[in-house]
Amino acid sequence: MPGLLGSIMAEAKSGRGVRVERPLSPHLTIYAPLINMVMSILHRLTGAALYFGSLLLAWWLIAAAAGPDYFAYVSSQFATWPGQLVLFGYTWALLHHMVGGVRHFIWDTGRGLDPATIDVLSWGTIVVSAVLTLAVWAFALGAHGGLSP
Amino acid sequence: MTMRTPLKTVRWLGSARDGTDHFWTQRLTGVANLLLVGVMVLIGVKLAGADHATVAATLARPMIALPVVLFVLSAAVHMRIGMQVIIEDYVRGEGAKIALLMLNTFFAVLVGAASILAVLKLSFGG
Repeated sequence: MPGLLGSIMAEAKSGRGVRVERPLSPHLTIYAPLINMVMSILHRLTGAALYFGSLLLAWWLIAAAAGPDYFAYVSSQFATWPGQLVLFGYTWALLHHMVGGVRHFIWDTGRGLDPATIDVLSWGTIVVSAVLTLAVWAFALGAHGGLSP
Repeated sequence: MTMRTPLKTVRWLGSARDGTDHFWTQRLTGVANLLLVGVMVLIGVKLAGADHATVAATLARPMIALPVVLFVLSAAVHMRIGMQVIIEDYVRGEGAKIALLMLNTFFAVLVGAASILAVLKLSFGG
């Protein structure tokens, strides 16, 4: 008996055929956020936001083509403070995605891929996009009192 | 009898048969968008708060309508490919993935065509 039973018991205790809890490869939650990682995520998020933001441009163009009454209605919607907030967010998403795209063009040439330059380019992306957005809005508010059409 | 291996038929083009086409198109439209976003921001700032007559007349001018139409075209192509990558990255079910990929193309074409139609109506229809 020790022969057969022993081998059966050994097999049962071996854990073979049982799914073991293996460690998963580390994901986002395990890393301290690095600036290039944050910019990578923001690039995708702003891209997705702009995808739906294209509806804003389409809505505005359609309103202009539809006539004065509907255009006035759409303008009044853009002029509310949530409307202005959405337009401000759209402006930043557009400019941030644009500046992030320039960063990717630089990397496409094979340059700027050492850790120090990656940090400079990543921080530069958020700084330039913030400055550009504020400049555009300061100019629009100064000239018209709002970016709403 | 042929001595060719299947490798020959997929080399440079991959399993989807279009190789680096999306990679290249994304950069081509990216450069176009880079140039056109500047114009779009200027138009947006210029027309902020303007009344309907001013906006309609401005958008009807060829030198304004042209960059707007080009931007809508380039952005629609760019955002379709971008969203396709997001869908392929995150959607696991094959059926849902195919449905969303179709919906993605419909959305990009619809938004692009509607925007361009509006500009053309202002240009030609008044």
